[in-house]
Amino acid sequence: MSTSAQLINLMASLMLLIAFAMLAQRRIKSLIYLFAWQGLVLAANSLIVGWYTGHHELYLSAFFTLLLKVMALPLVLHYLIRRLDIQWDVETLINIPATLLAGIVLVVFAFNLALPISQLAGTITRGTLGIAIAVVLLAFLMMITRRKAVPQVIGFLAMENGLFFAATSATYGMPMVVELGILLDVIVGVLILGIFFFQVREAFDSLDLKHMEKLKESDP
Amino acid sequence: MTLAHLISFLSQLTQTLLVVLIAPLMLGWVAQCRAWLQNRSGPGLLQPYRVLFKLLHKDALLAHNASPLFRSAPYIQFGCMVLAASVVPIIETNLLFAPAADVIALVGVFALARVFSSLAAMDVGTAFGSLGARREMLVASLSEPALLMVLFTPLLIVQSSSLNTIVDTLAHREFQLHPSLAFAAVAFVMVLLAENARIPIDNPSTHLELTMIHEAMILEYSGRHLALIEWAHAIKFTTYCAIGIALFVPWGIAQAGVWQVLPGAVFALLVKLGVAGAGLALLESVCAKLRIFRAPEFMGMAFMLAALGMLTRLLLGA
Amino acid sequence: MNEIALTLGAPIAGAIVLGIFGGHAQAARLNALVSLVTFCGAVLLASRVVSEGALLAYHEAFFVDSFNVFLVALTAFVGLTTALFSRPYMLNEQAHGRITRRRLQLYHCMYQLFVFTMLLVLLTNNMGILWVALEGATLATVLLVSLYRTPASIEAAWKYFILCSVGIAQALFGTILLYLAAEKVMGGGGNALLWTHLNQVKGQLEPTVLSLAFVFLIVGYGTKAGLAPLHNWLPDAHAEGPTPISAVLSGLLLNIALYAIVRCKVLVDGALGTPFAGNLMMGFGIMSVVIGAFFLSRQRDVKRMFAYSSIEHMGLATFAFGMGGPIANFAALLHMTVHSLTKSAIFFTVGHATQKTGTQVMDQIRGLIVTNPTIGWGLMLGTLAILGMPPFGVFASEFLIVTTAMREQPWAAPILLVSLAVAFASMFMRVQSMVFGDTTARRLPHAPALVPVFVHLALVLMLGLWIPPYLADWYRLAAKLIG
Repeated sequence: MSTSAQLINLMASLMLLIAFAMLAQRRIKSLIYLFAWQGLVLAANSLIVGWYTGHHELYLSAFFTLLLKVMALPLVLHYLIRRLDIQWDVETLINIPATLLAGIVLVVFAFNLALPISQLAGTITRGTLGIAIAVVLLAFLMMITRRKAVPQVIGFLAMENGLFFAATSATYGMPMVVELGILLDVIVGVLILGIFFFQVREAFDSLDLKHMEKLKESDP
Repeated sequence: MTLAHLISFLSQLTQTLLVVLIAPLMLGWVAQCRAWLQNRSGPGLLQPYRVLFKLLHKDALLAHNASPLFRSAPYIQFGCMVLAASVVPIIETNLLFAPAADVIALVGVFALARVFSSLAAMDVGTAFGSLGARREMLVASLSEPALLMVLFTPLLIVQSSSLNTIVDTLAHREFQLHPSLAFAAVAFVMVLLAENARIPIDNPSTHLELTMIHEAMILEYSGRHLALIEWAHAIKFTTYCAIGIALFVPWGIAQAGVWQVLPGAVFALLVKLGVAGAGLALLESVCAKLRIFRAPEFMGMAFMLAALGMLTRLLLGA
Repeated sequence: MNEIALTLGAPIAGAIVLGIFGGHAQAARLNALVSLVTFCGAVLLASRVVSEGALLAYHEAFFVDSFNVFLVALTAFVGLTTALFSRPYMLNEQAHGRITRRRLQLYHCMYQLFVFTMLLVLLTNNMGILWVALEGATLATVLLVSLYRTPASIEAAWKYFILCSVGIAQALFGTILLYLAAEKVMGGGGNALLWTHLNQVKGQLEPTVLSLAFVFLIVGYGTKAGLAPLHNWLPDAHAEGPTPISAVLSGLLLNIALYAIVRCKVLVDGALGTPFAGNLMMGFGIMSVVIGAFFLSRQRDVKRMFAYSSIEHMGLATFAFGMGGPIANFAALLHMTVHSLTKSAIFFTVGHATQKTGTQVMDQIRGLIVTNPTIGWGLMLGTLAILGMPPFGVFASEFLIVTTAMREQPWAAPILLVSLAVAFASMFMRVQSMVFGDTTARRLPHAPALVPVFVHLALVLMLGLWIPPYLADWYRLAAKLIG
């Protein structure tokens, strides 16, 4: 195996490891650190792929990832949890081992899903497409298992990381203008959610989503 | 008997004796490191030897209702551990005993020792004995699948279940990055802690009835029986470290028949064991002991990591 | 080209200005004025496309053909009438103390941003930008849904954000797959996601990748279009947000999302040569029709009921697009138009009715016709129109869809008919008791704006009786384009 493929595989496995760690992490603060690490791995992956394939626009993408997902968003999230005074919040997750096992099943599923596509892709990174889909699915699983607002949003952001990773591994990244647009959406989304968290807490006195069960299919 | 046979017999003997003899030292080293980390002076590196010496000179007391099983269990455990220590390529590959067991059989040898220790613990019928045995079985039922899962990753990479082949292939070829092996290594450390009754699953230095597992099982033993059990425990710990070294950092283990490098291999082994012991001491100092009900979660994590390692190997070929 | 700049520039400039002065007393008038400018731009653009045919602008960044230009005109028009309606409505809300000046400012700014993102979805030629803009439309409306800051509205906004964002993340993956397929044919770079380029080479795109991509795309955009079983956010967001937002969500956003699906379907059909995409759309469509119709009968909140009606009608349009062929596509386009006009008109009247009675619970709304005959009649006529009574336009489109289904997909026709009948019976019963009977209503400080209601209903009536020839040509062209 060539050095480039080894490095890319290393990044892919780190992505997967962080995705699992997020699934099992109870503390909100550690969750944000994990998210920042995931961004760092993503940026490093873009750099490595850009270096070995000569797609230099990936450097730019790596730079924006670094700026936004490793610095800006974690800072905003840290600021938010400090202001909301939920820095030390610990979520009561039921049955982490079962969730993790479900995660492993998802990884196998993702790999089978990616198999026909990665055979068509002509990139050196195509092997990692399955991991990318797995990261997306694991983030989705995380959103389902969480009952608090901030972890759900981190799950959403992790899902977006997985999609970015998928774009890098399947096609060496989307066209620049689209990537910038997606990043813009992410920034705006996080800002709006920042405002929204305060509204949620004002209305419910907590960021626990279990209070949000009033709207049901048919009103009583 | 030819010279080759003699050399291979001698090196086998060297390794087995070496491991059996330095095993208490390993425990002493970990205890000493912990003492240093906690700003204590510690009992000294040779303390486990002194304990063994003391116990061997004491009379063994047996309960009235103790069966022959109770009496034979320490010998069986000791024998199992010595066998395990002889099979693993610790200083040299292609040992005389190596064909006796591959990694999976090795797990079986450990399981055999555990079965006897648990049976013996329940034999006398004291409350603590059966409590310890049940807890031991709880941990074992979770750590054994995790251990097997850990072993599968190197097996898949090398395509063989013989420890010799694994070490030969991994140690004596061009260096490659294997993220899957890294996952497996982390999982292995977690399994090692659980199987050897270390923090965060068990605390070896306490007799607190609410938390103890291993100590609860051997409460009824005394004298030479206890000495054998403690010694077997030390050998098990050292052998586990050696398995970890063989699987994940095999550089320095001598190739079969090249007896000139044996001193180097012994030196490398001692350095690696020293580093491993210090690392474990550090880990034990920064971790808190988990409640027994959290143990399944800990082992689940180990299993998950090991499975992840295997998956990355299968999916990425890494 | 300048028309595009005007159409897109007016709302974004309006958003900036209203972001600063949105709390001013005259801000609502400014809001309407900006919408008027946008509408003028859209009309100019439409007349140009009608006379000159499809056009590409700004290095192929924008693409206008007969399919999207009619939606641009419709979006700008409903945007304008909603802005007119929202002026007295929001002033009344302010007078009742339900919103503050700052929230009014936010409302006006986000309203224009929302219109901008929708127009961008329609006009852009780039499938990636289409995704970005559609996600932008979600973001612009999240804070509008939670404008009242009640626990229920915040819950609805949260659900809306999470479900739509997760859904649309699937669509992003679909877009990545689309790009993967396109890159194989055209090479990398920005052009590979341009719809016009994709359309030229659609026959060579890899079928396996495209079929997988379409599954993700329809799940993603279908969440936004309110297709069952991905519709859970829709009734909550409609019921808890301010009524003008319900009107544009129902009348416009759903259309836009459906537009995105149809654009993708054209490519997938070209690549596959099988009715795979159409079948998938028919499946989602018919499920939405059934779920919309049956859940509709169980609602007590008037806005929730009409939200379920929107799910039903979107399902009908999706089903028609799924059947394909000139007649079904024609009917679907007509249905999108008349549904958009009728549903927004209904929300206008419902908005005033709930303001007058101070409740959204249907059992407590009585005798609208006594206190304000125009509101009462508006609601009655609007309901009759949306239920597909002749001579309104909804009848024409539903008639076309059902007859085409009888011919081409006979299995679906009875399901459609039963669902339509269930919806008719339950909705008519509810609305009748709301319009007639004793009254509980109160007077409002600001006179309601009912002109938009009747303009919309008149248009729907006209479309039922007589479709202007240029509009019919337009639809026909678009229907042919979709294939």
